[in-house]
Parts: sequence; structure tokens; C-alpha cells
Amino acid sequence: MSVATSNLPSQFEVLDQTLDSQMTLSMGPQHPSTHGVLRLELTLDGEMVVKAIPDIGYLHTGMEKLFEYKKYQQGIVITDRMDYLNPLGNNLAYVMAAEKLLDLEIPERAQVIRVMFCELQRIASHMVWLGTHALDIGAMSVFFYCFRQREKILNLIEAASGGRMTPSYFRIGGLMMDLPAGFERRVKQFLDDFPAAMEMLETLVTGNTIWQIRTQGIGIITAEEAIDWGLTGPCLRGSGVDLDLRRDNPYSGYETYDFEVPVEPDGDVWARFRVRMREFYESYKIVVQAVERLTPGPIKADAPKIVLPDRDDMRKHMDSLIHHFLIVAEGFNIPEGEVYMPIEGSKGELGVYMKSNGGPKPDRVHFRGPSFINLSALPVMSEGEMIADVVAVIGSLDIVLGEIDR
Amino acid sequence: MLDTTVLHEFVEKLKTENSAWIGDTIEAHGEVTVIVPRESIVDVCWVLKTKHGFDMLADLNGADRGPEEDPRFEVVYHLFSTKHYNRLRLKVLLSEDDPRVSTVTTVWKTADWHERETFDMFGVIFDGHPDLRRILLPSDFDGHALRKDYPLRGYEPYSLT
Repeated sequence: MSVATSNLPSQFEVLDQTLDSQMTLSMGPQHPSTHGVLRLELTLDGEMVVKAIPDIGYLHTGMEKLFEYKKYQQGIVITDRMDYLNPLGNNLAYVMAAEKLLDLEIPERAQVIRVMFCELQRIASHMVWLGTHALDIGAMSVFFYCFRQREKILNLIEAASGGRMTPSYFRIGGLMMDLPAGFERRVKQFLDDFPAAMEMLETLVTGNTIWQIRTQGIGIITAEEAIDWGLTGPCLRGSGVDLDLRRDNPYSGYETYDFEVPVEPDGDVWARFRVRMREFYESYKIVVQAVERLTPGPIKADAPKIVLPDRDDMRKHMDSLIHHFLIVAEGFNIPEGEVYMPIEGSKGELGVYMKSNGGPKPDRVHFRGPSFINLSALPVMSEGEMIADVVAVIGSLDIVLGEIDR
Repeated sequence: MLDTTVLHEFVEKLKTENSAWIGDTIEAHGEVTVIVPRESIVDVCWVLKTKHGFDMLADLNGADRGPEEDPRFEVVYHLFSTKHYNRLRLKVLLSEDDPRVSTVTTVWKTADWHERETFDMFGVIFDGHPDLRRILLPSDFDGHALRKDYPLRGYEPYSLT
């Protein structure tokens, strides 16, 4: 009896072995803080993350294949469904790629409205980021205040385009239709309330000690690493790299607006949080300037074979009716060529590579989704952190799985 | 229209360094595309990154010209500089029987997922890639979905069981 028991490991030895060994944990794809259907394969040593491998593709719907079977104007609808928090940004990148191939000149009013909506959409997208990021870390009430603001913006988008999350408002050559009557007043109403709302959010989150402890010094990535891993947008600026495509590769007349590019040097979750919080105010500034610039004028380019004519024109002019029929039934041809059109989306560089072979359908459309690239750097940021901090790091990346999986 | 003289200067500098590095140079829509032979893509990328400030790989993607074309596949590299904000496009052409090119993960780490996606969608093999697996499609998926001869709805209904 005594011989048999002596061969068994003691209680303490068993405990030691458990502490030494590493455990593999599959986090997601149903975990609520993985923002959709992301799965992480975590190798854990106790509570510390030794290795993190993101596993994606659960939401893959073959959108890039679908583009090749749709006419250019039909592709706009697909872009709405990629980054569903920033559909107008996706619309803009796609349309501008086609416009670059066509060498189209876009009228001033359409440009101003595009800028205004993109910045409103950026605020809405950052609101969802802040709400869910806070929810992941454990601050529940922030979510409701953020979604209230986002709701107001979605109402504005709905008023102009008819769709809340799938607007398809920007078209090749201009806009779908002009703004409805009284729209400026509604935007101004939103803008009047916005600083007070931001002040409340800042008190709720920024000054919160628990929030600061949970975010400061977590998930650090240096500037060199960030560039090497291709991070863009707030994630890159949070590492102290001063890069914003709105200022450095300007498009849609962004060079004429007065705004600053927020940069934070620390490279941790807190720095990325501060960059986005400060971006709210910069986007707000741009929307204020854009609303002031709204003057009556055409909203569609002067290209009757590409842009759909107004309903009124179709009733009066035979050629407008013919153009309308041809655009809808056969589409329009885009001359052979290839372009890469990068814009500053709410999450980073949103680039569209479009290749045309001269027909009414694109030969190849590729979306460089910022979330896709930002997520690929997750192992660098989360390895060596605690498992609870991985949630904070994912939140700070602001990923949208619809764009990652496409 | 953007001014492309700066970009042509970079191409000229590359040519003086090694004339075998540069094939054709195409300019369109304010963008410059350089066709690079596939043996020298890593060298060209390395020189552009270390000597000419193209420190970021903005995008890497594939394209299929169609099964009847030769070379059939294109691998497109979009280089970007966070210092002088210029963009340059490099392109490697690959034939259908030998769709292989050296990886650029040694130059930019971000190439990792881009190359996995290109392998997944086009079947282009990146020699020396540390972890060349499918990324968006399931590991037992049959074929490469973005090839032109792959039907839109697939060969048969895909089932997870």
C-alpha cells in the first residue's frame, strides 16, 4: 500500500505541472467582444497570452468575385455591405476609382456633400467603436449614449438617401439625388448638440480611472513596427506617425478644409483611443465648414452617357430617355486601364484597385480593407499581455469583419 | 492630374542601379506601373524600401487575365512612402504552369496576409512565405475562387459536413 502511493505525484507536483504547461484556447467566433465572427487561437501560459493566431473568413461572401459579374453602377451596392459602419466611405472609394478611370470632373456641390457625409459617417463609425470598445471593457452605459448620437446621423443619411446602413448615395459622376429640403437645418441641429454630447462622453470615459488603468500601457506597437505591419488610420497615428491621406494625398477637395491631424506618441490602447476621440472634433470641424459651403449647383457631372438623367429631363427630352435606357440596360464602358484609389476611411487607408478591360463590367476590383491589415498586427500587440487585455486590444483596433472577410 | 516626374526619377535610379530590374514602365491616370521580372522583385522592393523611402506596402493583390492569356497572372504591389507620400505600383507577371514568386514578407511583414489571400484566391505560390495557408476560404476548399475559369457559384454546393 505504502509503495503504491509513493509512485503517484504529490498534490503539489500536480499543481506545478499545470502551471508549467500551456493551454490552447479558442476565443470566438461567437465571443461577443470579437466584433462579429473573428476567432482567435490563443496559446496561454496561465493568464498570459503566449501566441495569438487570428482565424478569419467566417463572413466571406465572395464580393470581389461578384464585382466581376456586375456592371459598374451595380457594384456600388456591394460596397455598402463591406465595412457596414462606413458605407459612404466605401461608396466614395469605389466611385472615385471609376471616376479616375473615366477622368470625370465632379461639380463643386457634389464634392462638398460627399465630404460632409463622409465626415458624418466617420463620426457615426467612431461612435460605434467607442460604444462597443467601452462595452468590451465593462462600461455599459457609454454604449447607449454613443448609439443615440449615431442614430441621429443615420437619420440624416436616411433623409438624403433612403437607406440607413446601405445608402449607396454616391454614384459614378456625382450623387444619387440632391439633398432634401430643410436638410441643412437638420445637420445644423445635430451640430449644435454635438459638442455637449462629446463633453458628456469625455466625462464618462476619458476621466474614468478604471478606463485609464485598463488602457494605458496595453497593446503597445512602436512606430517602426506599425509601418512595417502596414497599419493605417488611427492605429498608425496612435503610434506617433503623422499620416492622414486627407491631408497627404488629398481627394474630393479635402485640401481646402481647415482641420488638424491628431497624433499620439505612445502606441498603446489609450493612445489609439485618444486619437479617435480627438478625431470626433476634427470631423465636426470639417462638417461645419462643409455646411457653410453648400451653395446651389449641379450635383452630377456633365456626362450624359454615364450619369443617369433627372426624371424631369426624361419627360422632356428624347435623348435623355435614350441615355437612361442604355445606362440601365447595357451599362457604360470604362476605357481600359487600372487605378488604385486610396482614401482615408474611418479605420485607415481604404484603397480600391480597379482594373478595366474596356467593357461595362470591371475586370478586377480589389478592396484594401484597413481592418484586414490592422487585424494582421494583432499578434504583435497582444502577445505577452493578459487574456483580458486582448479584448481591449481588439476594441482599440476598431475592426469590422464585413470588411476583413469581404 | 498628379505630377509623376518624381516617380519616374525613382524608376531611373533603379535602372542605373541594375538595368535588369526594370521591364516596362507604364504611366496612366497619374500613376506609374513598373513591370518587374519575378527573380528580382525582392531586390527591387528592398532597395525601394531602404534607399528610396517606400517604407509601407499599401496593398498586394493578384489579378487573372484569363485562361487563354500568357502570362496569365499578375501580382500587383502598391508601395507607399510615409515620408514623401508617393505611390508606386510594381507588377510581376506569372505564367499558368509556374505561378511562383518569392515572398516579400522579408521586406514588409504586412505582406503576410496579403500573400495568403492572393494564394487563396489565385493559387499563386509565394516561395519562402512562413505560413502559406488559405485565409478566407476553408482549408478543404477546391480550386481558387477568383480565377476567371472558376464559376461564380462554384462547382457544387459547399457543405461544412
